[in-house]
Amino acid sequence: MPDNQAGPMNLFRLAERGMSAQMVRMNAAASNLANAGSVSATKEGAYRAVRPVFNAELDKASGLTSVRVSHITTSQAEPTRRQDPNHPLADANGDVWDATVDESGEMIEIMESARQYQNLVEALQTAKQLMLDTLRSK
Amino acid sequence: MNTNLFGIHGAALELRSQRMGMLTSNIANAATPGYKSRDIDFAAALNDRLAGKSGTEAIGEHTRYRVPTMSSMDGNTVELANEQIAFAENAVAYSATLSFVQSKVQTATRALKGE
Repeated sequence: MPDNQAGPMNLFRLAERGMSAQMVRMNAAASNLANAGSVSATKEGAYRAVRPVFNAELDKASGLTSVRVSHITTSQAEPTRRQDPNHPLADANGDVWDATVDESGEMIEIMESARQYQNLVEALQTAKQLMLDTLRSK
Repeated sequence: MNTNLFGIHGAALELRSQRMGMLTSNIANAATPGYKSRDIDFAAALNDRLAGKSGTEAIGEHTRYRVPTMSSMDGNTVELANEQIAFAENAVAYSATLSFVQSKVQTATRALKGE
């Protein structure tokens, strides 16, 4: 992920990175769901579910550990062949290849990601309030 | 900072702030495979801090890995409920410490003004 802000790590940047990572995760799950019903003429062309992998990143100066998307993995599951001779994409045998997407799994992924995102927002709000209280004290 | 004026509360506020960062790191890494949740042994770190060690030293020596209630398959030991509770507890304690610091400042201000 491009890091467009240089400078010292703080709580706000930490939360921002965490939220960005969760957003990538939700987008990937949404892409998978959108392609759940897609079919392909070839086995290689069939859609395979994608899933980002997170990596912890320790900032030694501040002791904070942020998170980033290290890479995106593609599902290793084999696309399923389905006999459908009337399909316009059917090959010589009358077969089409279905996308490898586990719809309930993707829904759970989105729910879990949303929970963790919410949690981060909540933590950030509390931290921000405490910082403001400290700043305003006289 | 004049440690005589704020006493234990100055060091405590600093440690609470550091612990808040550590707990937020845990929450941010809730989905990172292999991430080990960490926390500060607050009482021990504060004792070290009062004994004259620097903040970084005190935290470094008393940072512990959290023991998960149940281990997960990807090796991640962050349990959101536990982190939320720790975060809430830390936030309340921060507020309490902050009001102690504030009252110290108020007392000093009143003494200076001679009201």
